[in-house]
Amino acid sequence: MPETPSKPAPAAGAPAAPAEVHFTVNGHTLAAAPGTLLIEACRAANIEIPSFCYYPKLSLQAACRMCLVEVEKIPKLQTACTTVVAEGMVVHTETPTVHAARKSAIEFILTNHPLDCPVCDAGGECELQDMTFRYGAAVSRFDEPKRHRDEQQWSPVVYYDRPRCILCYRCVRVCGEGMDVWALGVGNRGILSTILPNHQDHLECEECGMCIDICPVGALTSGAYRYQTRPWEMQHVGAICAFCGDGCKTTLGVRNGVILRGDNRDKNGINGDFLCVKGRYGTDFTRHPERLKSPLVRDASGELRPVSWAYALETITDRWRGIQAAHGQFGVIGSTRCSNEESYQLQKLARRVLGTNHVDHHRSADFPALFDALAQPAGAAAQPLPQLADSGALKTAKAVLLVGGDPTQEHPLLAWNLRWAHRLAGASLYVLNRRDIRLRRQARRMALLTHGTEADAVRYLAAPQRGDPPQAELTAVSPPGDKRWPQTPPSTPQPIPGGLEEFRAELAQERDVIIVFGPELTGDAVQALVRFGASLPGHTRYIAMADNANSRGAADMGLYPDLLPGYLPVADGAARAHFAAAWGGDIPAAPGWNQRQMVEAVDRRELDALYVVGANPFRLDPVNAANLKSCFLVVQDLFLTETAQAADVVLPALSLYEKSGTVTNTCGEVQSQRRGGSFEGAKTDMEIIHALARLLGADFGRPDADRVFSEIRAQVNGYDVSLVQLMAGRGALAVPRDGAAPRQAAPQMIRPNHDSLFTAGTLGRYSATLNAVLEKHSRP
Amino acid sequence: MSVFSPATRDRFERLAASYPQPRSALVPMLLYAQDELGYLPPEAIAEIAALLGETELAVREVIGYYSMLRTAPAGRYHVQVCTNISCMLRGGEEVLAHCQRRLGIHNRQTTPDGMFSIEEVECMGACAWAPALQVNYDFHQELDPAKVDEILEKYRRQG
Repeated sequence: MPETPSKPAPAAGAPAAPAEVHFTVNGHTLAAAPGTLLIEACRAANIEIPSFCYYPKLSLQAACRMCLVEVEKIPKLQTACTTVVAEGMVVHTETPTVHAARKSAIEFILTNHPLDCPVCDAGGECELQDMTFRYGAAVSRFDEPKRHRDEQQWSPVVYYDRPRCILCYRCVRVCGEGMDVWALGVGNRGILSTILPNHQDHLECEECGMCIDICPVGALTSGAYRYQTRPWEMQHVGAICAFCGDGCKTTLGVRNGVILRGDNRDKNGINGDFLCVKGRYGTDFTRHPERLKSPLVRDASGELRPVSWAYALETITDRWRGIQAAHGQFGVIGSTRCSNEESYQLQKLARRVLGTNHVDHHRSADFPALFDALAQPAGAAAQPLPQLADSGALKTAKAVLLVGGDPTQEHPLLAWNLRWAHRLAGASLYVLNRRDIRLRRQARRMALLTHGTEADAVRYLAAPQRGDPPQAELTAVSPPGDKRWPQTPPSTPQPIPGGLEEFRAELAQERDVIIVFGPELTGDAVQALVRFGASLPGHTRYIAMADNANSRGAADMGLYPDLLPGYLPVADGAARAHFAAAWGGDIPAAPGWNQRQMVEAVDRRELDALYVVGANPFRLDPVNAANLKSCFLVVQDLFLTETAQAADVVLPALSLYEKSGTVTNTCGEVQSQRRGGSFEGAKTDMEIIHALARLLGADFGRPDADRVFSEIRAQVNGYDVSLVQLMAGRGALAVPRDGAAPRQAAPQMIRPNHDSLFTAGTLGRYSATLNAVLEKHSRP
Repeated sequence: MSVFSPATRDRFERLAASYPQPRSALVPMLLYAQDELGYLPPEAIAEIAALLGETELAVREVIGYYSMLRTAPAGRYHVQVCTNISCMLRGGEEVLAHCQRRLGIHNRQTTPDGMFSIEEVECMGACAWAPALQVNYDFHQELDPAKVDEILEKYRRQG
């Protein structure tokens, strides 16, 4: 793990402030940094102080009165959530007065809270239920009828049950402060207070569900999950989200093998409190009725017919053996959403068994160029390791340069962490983009390019002496205090007087910058970026943003025509010898075709067999159906995609949520997960790859993720990560930078999806919930 | 297109610029807007939000909090009758009941011709001359039913 800078100094802290203050709680002497809230100091010392409205890292509310404690020399009880520890303070949290206050607080909160726990979704995981059990009274003095209000549906995924709401305002704060969406507010006052959605009777927002997650009761419930089960009937399995490249932990609620929800129950993944619409609701693709349940083989009449697994696998290997005998060409296209183990075994199958380097995947970030640049002396000079930042490093970053990309849409966790750094650590964010992205609102300075590309601008930043200063190329937008974004355009941007020069001069004042860049930068531009990063003071680190759950893993595992696992060049004899020894067989020396070249070869009728695993290349590069006849196409996926519809054999695969293994997020954090759901009829990609290898006479051993990961740890640059960290459910940063990787000669193969919050390739198309939210259709 | 008169719009722009936080101008703006339009229609809320760089929701939150701000039209003459303690002791509730009988509407209702509306309000600082009522911004004090009739009739004649 990269070292994390110490906690940000309290704003305007007096220079002579003591390092710690000492105080007494229930007779124990405690110490905490000045400025620490009493509730936090007590919790850190395992002294329980109940609360509803207090939520760490959100603004203080002091609304629920549950955290009242006795502080000596103050006559009235104090809210521990707003009391700052002070030297010599004497606190009591378990006195009869405090107990009585808690009991009253619960009684008061329950005056109008319906006792419908047996039918409430939150029943069993409700903070009010737990607190009533622990601190509440058995009887209530309030015998007035309760005020009933019908529940409201605010969006396909958000329901609000007004009587259940205890007005803690956590939802309002997390939506505004955490998400910077400001879609929830408070209407009326006093007993009539209610939470309001931003469009009077409905919400228009990011549909992230953070409000539901943070609701301590069942006032906000999920439309995708409500009334389906009781929490205690499910197994809760920590999984890594199968959608974007950020690698959030989503806890699957699984009943009888069916994944009923994703949720952020224990908040101990790399994503902390955060989960977005995809991680929370997108899991329903696993239950889509069109999911493939049986292998399909195209029969004589041209129809895809269900067959047994044995028949399908033999059909494939029979054809493959024939093509091998005729010295035909094989192509293999791997997946950005399979596990590392599967990607590794797939390219092993291609290179060692099928004897081809025609291996590729859908690329969305130029990782080889980054590692190449980092391995060069110019890039590495005076820069300590690691030169990669993990996602959590953003939270404590002092300064971040964001070039290209739109994290709010494509990398919601990175965006959350950037907002966190801005809000809680005072980080300076610099944005360089052609688009007026939403993170402008947190930027200290945004260079909004009006001409040219991010790559041009980066080249200019790296080598100012070359070319004229692009005066007309950018305008600076200072962060406005404007909550209306994106409904209205920003105030007229003002040109930066000194152009990019000033942008660079400001960045040069920062230390320890983390540079996050999008797919706009490839090849030379990445080299230029690293040269620029190396010129900045302090320890510069990098994050490259790639699209899918295991885009980075696919790259690391060598799903490239010219790179072996760990970015070792296939043309390099020593690298080939290393893997040939490990795999017990030769590897072809000549670099193969990339994805587009493979599809073009199909069109030229030069590719005899194409094996597509968890990818949909024909959507990106359409192929002439007539030319497909001379190519034996095997597709293994969850759904009958465009590519699968053209296949000769289709194999039903299990999703990432239904298998064990490791995935690597876009920052390089390797995370391990266990199988959550199950699905009758399909197999894991690893089981299929191993079965095909076995039928072709190669023994890949048991299809066991742990066993394959041991091999990866031993063989792949950077993957000798800490197993303890993996088992603890934390991300372990893989830094495959030793060994010069050749720069990829095909930057045009970096083809990002530009997914929105609500789209996600094949999986997104089959998620009923992601398709149901109105913003998917109403936003450009 | 502004929903406000040029003078009001101008005043709002000056108000919004005169505080370190533009939203500090929100409550006065809402009161002036309501004076001009009689209530706060969605277009006015949207325009004020845009002027202050706030969400419409943030404006609605404030409107919901203050009972004197309304999002539906009241009568041309908005009769606000105090029933707080001093007025209550001196017959404020009878004054309210009399207004309701005379105008044929209940609290928070408007006559069909849109002329009058009634609202029961809390203390308006006229305790020394209780019972009191307020019609728009005009005070009427030391009331009894006959005096109330006179007042209502005067407004009705004004039209």
